[in-house]
This record gives sequence, C-alpha cells and structure tokens, in this order.
Amino acid sequence: MDITFDNVSYIYQPNSPFEHRALENLSFQIPSGSFVAVIGHTGSGKSTLIQHLNGLLAPTHGSVTIGDVMLQAGSKPKNLKALRKQVGVVFQYPEHQLFEETIEKDISFGPLNFGVQEEEIKQRVQETIEAVGLSSDMLERSPFDLSGGQMRRVAIAGVLAMNPRVLVLDEPTAGLDPKGQREIMDMFYKLHHEKNLTTVHVTHSMEDALAYADYVIVMHNGHMYMQGKPLEVFKEKEALNKVGLDVPEIIELTTKMNKRFGLSLEYKKQSVEELAAEAAHKLKGGSV
Amino acid sequence: MNSSMVIGQYVPGDSPVHHMDPRAKITIIFFFVIVVFFANSVASYGALALFALLSVGVTKIPPRFIAKGLKPVWFLIIFTFILHLVVTKEGNVLFSVLGFDVYSGALIQGVAISLRFFLLILITSLLTLTTTPIAITDAIESILHPLKRIKFPVHELALMMSISLRFIPTLMQETEKISKAQASRGVDFRTGPIKERLKAIVPLLVPLFVSAFKRAEELAMAMEARGYQGGEGRTKLRELALRKIDYMVLVLFTFVIIAVFLTRA
Ligand SMILES: Nc1ncnc2c1ncn2[C@@H]1O[C@H](COP(=O)(O)OP(=O)(O)OP(=O)(O)O)[C@@H](O)[C@H]1O
Ligand SMILES: [Mg+2]
Repeated sequence: MDITFDNVSYIYQPNSPFEHRALENLSFQIPSGSFVAVIGHTGSGKSTLIQHLNGLLAPTHGSVTIGDVMLQAGSKPKNLKALRKQVGVVFQYPEHQLFEETIEKDISFGPLNFGVQEEEIKQRVQETIEAVGLSSDMLERSPFDLSGGQMRRVAIAGVLAMNPRVLVLDEPTAGLDPKGQREIMDMFYKLHHEKNLTTVHVTHSMEDALAYADYVIVMHNGHMYMQGKPLEVFKEKEALNKVGLDVPEIIELTTKMNKRFGLSLEYKKQSVEELAAEAAHKLKGGSV
Repeated sequence: MNSSMVIGQYVPGDSPVHHMDPRAKITIIFFFVIVVFFANSVASYGALALFALLSVGVTKIPPRFIAKGLKPVWFLIIFTFILHLVVTKEGNVLFSVLGFDVYSGALIQGVAISLRFFLLILITSLLTLTTTPIAITDAIESILHPLKRIKFPVHELALMMSISLRFIPTLMQETEKISKAQASRGVDFRTGPIKERLKAIVPLLVPLFVSAFKRAEELAMAMEARGYQGGEGRTKLRELALRKIDYMVLVLFTFVIIAVFLTRA
C-alpha cells in the first residue's frame, strides 16, 4: 500500500506546560512494496512517526494516507480496524505484549480479533512460528517460560499471523544477540520479498539500514533531515555526524582506503572480501 | 497521556513557591483547610481567596493549565451549587425557575460552599503542582518523625509512598504502550458492548502485572545489592531546612488567619 505524509505535525499534550512538538511539517511518500529505513538520534520522533501508520496517533496538522484510509487533523478517523488489520506493528520490546496462557493462543490473538476463520488461524500459527525460527512443539507452552529472545520471536509471530500488507518495525532487534538480530532481520527481509510487503523499519543500526532498505528517511528533532537511497544518504558523512549519526563501517572503510592509498573504490554492496580483492588488484597496478 | 486526568501534576518552575520548604507548604495548607471552614463573611472569604490567588500568581503556572487540571472538579463544584439552590429554603424568595423558588439564603450558601470547595482544591493542588513527589514524602517523613517513639514505621511508610509515587508515571507509560500494542492487534478499548470492553482489559492487565512484579523484584534486588537495610542510622542527601522565604510566608499566612477571625460575621 502506498503511504503518504502530507505536511504532518504532531504535538504531545498541546496547550499545557508539557507541550512537545514531536513532528513538524513532515512530507514524504513511500511507494507500495518498498523497504524504508527510518533513522535518527534518540528522541527525534521516529516512534511518533510510525504510530501514525495504523492510526494510534492522528496528526495534529496535515494528513496521512495509507492505502485508501486517510487520517486527517481534526476529523475522527474511520475504518481504523480495517487499517490495523492491514498494518502490522512490531513495537520496541514487543515481548511486553504477551499475555495468553499458551504460545498458540497468543499468536492467534490478533487474527481472532480481526475475524479470521479458525482453520485459517491454525495454519497461520504453524507458518509463523516456523518463520520466526521456533519449533511448533512449543505451541502448548506458556510464553512466560521462554527466554527473552524466544519471547520476542513469539511476539513477532503474533504480528505476522495477522497477515499484514504493511509491516512496521520499531527497532525489532534491540537487545538481542548479534546472531539473533541477523536471523530476525533476514526473516523480515525474506517475508518482505515473498509477500510483497511494504516495510517501514525504525533502526539505530546504520548497517541494517544499508543492508536492507531501498530508501532511508533521516529524522532530526521532529523534522525530516535527509532522505534518499541508502548509498546517497550515507555519502553525507559530515551532515550525518552533525545529528549524532554515523555512516556504516564498510562505507567508512572504503572512504578511508580511498584517501590513504589514493584509490577510487566505489561501494556497491560488495562484501569486505570483495572490496579487499578490488583494492589489492588496483594497488598492484591493474585497472578494473 | 491524558493531561487533564492528572490533577496537580508537578510542573517544574523557579518561583518562590517552588523553592519553599515542603513542610512549610504542608503546614500552611493544613491550617488553610481548617480556617476555610471558619470563614463566613465577604471579607474573610476575600482574605483567603486573595492569599490563594496570590500564591497561584507567584508560581507563574498558566492559570489555564490549572483550570484544565481542575476540570473533573468543576462538575462537583457546580453540582454542589445547584443542590444548595434547590434544597435550602432560607431568606426571601428572589425569583423562581421552572417552578422552583430560589431563596436569597440559598444563593448566599450556594456561593459560599462552592467557593470554599474551590479554594480547598486550588490550594491543595498548588502543593502537588509546585512540589516534587519526593519532596512531599520527605516532608511527611519529617513531620511524622515524633511518631517513631511509639514504634510507628515512619521511614518505611515514607519509602513505600515514594516508591509508589515514583512508579505512577512509569506504570502510566507502560499502560499506554501495552494498550497501543494490543490496539494494533485489533483490540478495541473504546467502542463496543460493555462485556466486550471488559474482556479487552485482560490483554492489558496481564502484561501490566507481569512487568510490575518483575520491576518490584528488580528494585528490591538492586536496593539490597546497594546495602539498603531500613531507616536505622540513615542520613539524607537533601536535608530539609526552613529559610527566610518560609518564615516570611508563614508570618504572612498568620496575618491572613488573624484577618479571617477578625472579619468573621
Ligand atoms: N506520550 C508522550 N508525551 C509527551 N512527549 C512525548 C510522548 N512520547 C514521546 N514524547 C516526546 O516526543 C519526542 C519524540 O519521541 P519518540 O518516541 O518519537 O522518539 P524516537 O525517535 O522514537 O526515540 P528512540 O530512538 O529513543 O526510540 C521525544 O522528545 C519524547 O520526549
Ligand atoms: Mg522510539
């Protein structure tokens, strides 16, 4: 589904001493099927932004359009349930939302609320538990007996079982071990392509933004600071450093090698090994 | 967070009222609450109202914000006023509405009682608006200190209070976070039949309790790890001390009390 932000501002607790402008004049478009990374320093408004995508927040000014649902400042949103059925949100620390007696019941909770048939739910539970890398023998266990990482996976399965068209991920891998982080991101990436989803991924990891996103939105103090293709955005090292962000290590490495050895390597998603081979080749006098 | 829900949520500031010793504030409010019930003339009410409004003015908190915080109470005040108009039958009939005779005594009493009520709420919410919860607990611990002699667990009580106060905002944030997560999974907290809405509370309450218990356990462990063992021999980081401003306000308030008793009808 296409997503459009048109001049969106959001103010927390307006007209009080605690008033806080969390988003200001935000305009952008996300075409259906893209994988967008939202990056920005802590407090820059990323979580506020994504809560507009399924109508948890409605803009104070401007309008947000998701597919054929429009959230407009000042008017009561309609079709919220239909919207939430299509937009699955994985929040920061989603394991805090678990509550059922068994894992199976918890995964079924979303689809049940949206009126999916029981047969279909059973099938989705099987599919999603495997997708998140857990065994279906666990379905009868209590979600509270699991390790933190396993709980995270169950919570994610609960969102995937809704079969959303848009997947919104708010730092879904924060606090996991590096291997678990990669597994979960790879899983989302695979699903994104298999099911032709539109994915919005909030992340503090520039590496992830570079590896998975087709498009990057950089937030700063509630404003859109930069936007563009990952390789373009990460070229702007100075601008990113100014708002407390780094560039991915591999890009940093490429720039440093170019400077030190007077090379003109260009980073196009090669692996470190490929990059090294390229550099060696050039240094030995070969031209590519 | 719904801002109008919090009556007298602390608003940071730099006013003399903010800087006063919380014990002085509590003492003044304690006597204010008593003296309000002795006021019975225009002048005595005036003295108290002047004191309350002056205090509000000094804090520099926008009156509009305070009024918004008092929203749930307005209803009660207006209700009391109307009740008095209808029930009291003293003095002369002033006019009649919808077949009800409104007596002059009723009008006077209605105004007096509502004003009393308003002043009470205003002055007490001023305490929480200008004092951090932790300062209030410190003050209560200090005021209750003499009760230690009869083995009343003053320190423990204060600790319990400050921990609960400390975790109210955390719990509210948590509630908001979890209800958003469940709303995203299709729970509808706002519409639908009562039975459905009650059922919708379970996915909210279970995670909330789980995390509250976990938090309590972690807190207890952290306190033990740092060698906490009760109030015996414990010193304070911030000692409460009465300063010039406190004495000045206390003297001013004493004059207000004297004025109230001199102008009573
Ligand atoms: N419920 C709220 N009430 C008032 N202010 C809020 C509320 N939620 C967030 N804010 C403020 O809005 C700003 C943006 O918050 P947001 O959660 O969107 O940041 P973020 O970019 O997601 O940060 P992080 O990377 O730490 O998750 C912050 O300054 C925050 O203090
Ligand atoms: Mg966030």
